[in-house]
Amino acid sequence: MEQSIWLALLSTGVVAGTPILFAALGEILTERAGILNLGVEGMMLVGAVTGFMVTMSTHNQWMGLLMAIVAGGLMALIHAFLSITLRANQVVSGLALTIFGTGLSGFLGKDLIGVPLTDTFKPIPIAGLSEIPWIGDILFKHDALVYISYGLIFILWFFLYRTKTGLELRAVGENPAAADAAGINVFAIRYACVIAGGMLAGAAGAYLSLAYAPSWLENMTAGRGWIAVALVIFGTWNPLRAFLGSFFFGTIDVMGFTMQTIGIQIPSFFLKMLPYIFTIAVLIVVTRETKTRRVASPEALSIPYNREER
Amino acid sequence: MGNGSFSRWHFEKRETTSNLVLVMVPVLSVVIGLIFTGLFIALTGKDPLEVYLLMFDGAFGSAYGISETIVKSIPLLICALGLSIAFRMQLWNIGAEGQLYMGAFGATWAALTFPDWPAYQLLPAMMVAGFLAGGLWGLLPAIPRAYFKVNETITTLLMNYIAILWVDYLVVGPWKDPKSFNFPISPQFTEGAILPTLGTSRIHMGLVFGVVVALLLYIVLNYTRWGFEIRVSGESPAAARYAGMNYVKNILLVMFISGGLAGLAGMTEVSAITQRLQHGISPGYGYSAIIIAWLARLHPAAIVLVSVIFGGMLVGGYSIQTSGFSSTTVSMLQGAILFFVVGGEIFVNYRLVRGEKGGK
Repeated sequence: MEQSIWLALLSTGVVAGTPILFAALGEILTERAGILNLGVEGMMLVGAVTGFMVTMSTHNQWMGLLMAIVAGGLMALIHAFLSITLRANQVVSGLALTIFGTGLSGFLGKDLIGVPLTDTFKPIPIAGLSEIPWIGDILFKHDALVYISYGLIFILWFFLYRTKTGLELRAVGENPAAADAAGINVFAIRYACVIAGGMLAGAAGAYLSLAYAPSWLENMTAGRGWIAVALVIFGTWNPLRAFLGSFFFGTIDVMGFTMQTIGIQIPSFFLKMLPYIFTIAVLIVVTRETKTRRVASPEALSIPYNREER
Repeated sequence: MGNGSFSRWHFEKRETTSNLVLVMVPVLSVVIGLIFTGLFIALTGKDPLEVYLLMFDGAFGSAYGISETIVKSIPLLICALGLSIAFRMQLWNIGAEGQLYMGAFGATWAALTFPDWPAYQLLPAMMVAGFLAGGLWGLLPAIPRAYFKVNETITTLLMNYIAILWVDYLVVGPWKDPKSFNFPISPQFTEGAILPTLGTSRIHMGLVFGVVVALLLYIVLNYTRWGFEIRVSGESPAAARYAGMNYVKNILLVMFISGGLAGLAGMTEVSAITQRLQHGISPGYGYSAIIIAWLARLHPAAIVLVSVIFGGMLVGGYSIQTSGFSSTTVSMLQGAILFFVVGGEIFVNYRLVRGEKGGK
């Protein structure tokens, strides 16, 4: 097979993986603080429609991105209030967020279906780096948001493992009672992480509607929010591994096109199933592995913290 | 939001929970959910009250509306009953949508394979095939959940997408109706494959299935040892194991039944409503059923009532589409209601008290 086809596959894999990466980084932050947010899909959809609407009226995709981030954060605030202050069941609250977000985005985007958008994020090859054979083609010929996502991986990793606040944050997710006793404000940290996680999910949605496939379609996330949640487990709550995972899933997502170009005849329905099947398979393998190695989910994940029952 | 802001108001554990509180939490959730969604409707410049009245009128304002409401409530009821068993065991099966599609697939297989069978043979065959197909689709994610604790929320949800794509493939591929002019539909079912209806309405036998399942579930949960095991397993898996209950076996069985019931709902839809397999047989019944089960606090009788209300919401949703609203407005409303249900849960066991915290 021609080399260029492989390069194109891996390069579009990075792009297709970017929304999943943004969302997964947000969910890592959220889960590290001990809160499970299954509303990623809903927050992404609201981010996607908000980004699209704002960009259409302001003709500025950065403004669209910004408002998508705000919208994602507001959606997450609902989950934060329910799960932290009202100590609600986090699985159900997150589901509610996804169902609500799906409805809200369809409601807001009703008249936007099929409307073309000109102000989008377009590829900007990085001078020098994009000249590197292979790596330059795969990593450095994309739009600005892809580069931002690279930066976020390292910022989040550094923040979690190399700063005092990051340590406190992880303590809150492992043992909130002990963290509280040590004078850490468990509620403030959890609120901040859930909201920041939602902001990243909002950005993930905006990536879809402003860069990946500049348009608005109902349910355009097509389960990517859920794949992001699975990716957090795959990445064992580590931002660096989340990148590998998103690249992997992005590549599988676009593999269908490549197979069609090289003449492999498989009904497109089966190709569209691939990301879901792979996610499930990987989830099973990784969950089995985490039982044998010393990596596990944050100890207090999805358990509401009740100060009075300390 | 620091701890300081909580020092004046705080939650205090209730000694006992009155029945009034148990009823008021879901009722108020629906009311506040309506108000919350109304705010968004008001943003578009429409009067929320008018929109809600239009919805209510569409769902309950005419004989046709009421019969359509019941028709929509049938798959909701059967799916929600199935989910309630899983939720009791703290198994987060959110795959009812896909299990419904697989049930429709199973039932269609029977209908297309034995077209000459009379109804008294073919309908039971379709029911069994639908239940089995949905049940196996529920069992598949239950196996890794039971043995390796693989998160079933994610796997069941992702399997929805696979099931829907599978049905889409069938109706444009091997099961495509040759006379369909490229519409994604299977051939129409023969007479023996169609569930009887009530008079000239579209209300069909599925209603009987739903009510019978609700009764059975009530009896099993309250009067059998297995029902007791399910309830204990949900509250404390460790206690269940200690008491010698087979936790793993129960996970598999419960997920099979839960999926099977969703499959049965799929069977009733293709048999009575579409009378063939086609793209988009469910407008998200499997997702609405999650909210219904939760709103009804997993109680079979309450599920019957809530299903009718949600059926009405769907029918009302169609009637507001003509005045320019997206069909997803209803899922916005349902999601909002679920927020308040899940958030209101704390008031069942706690009360909000003003003043100094005691004993901390």
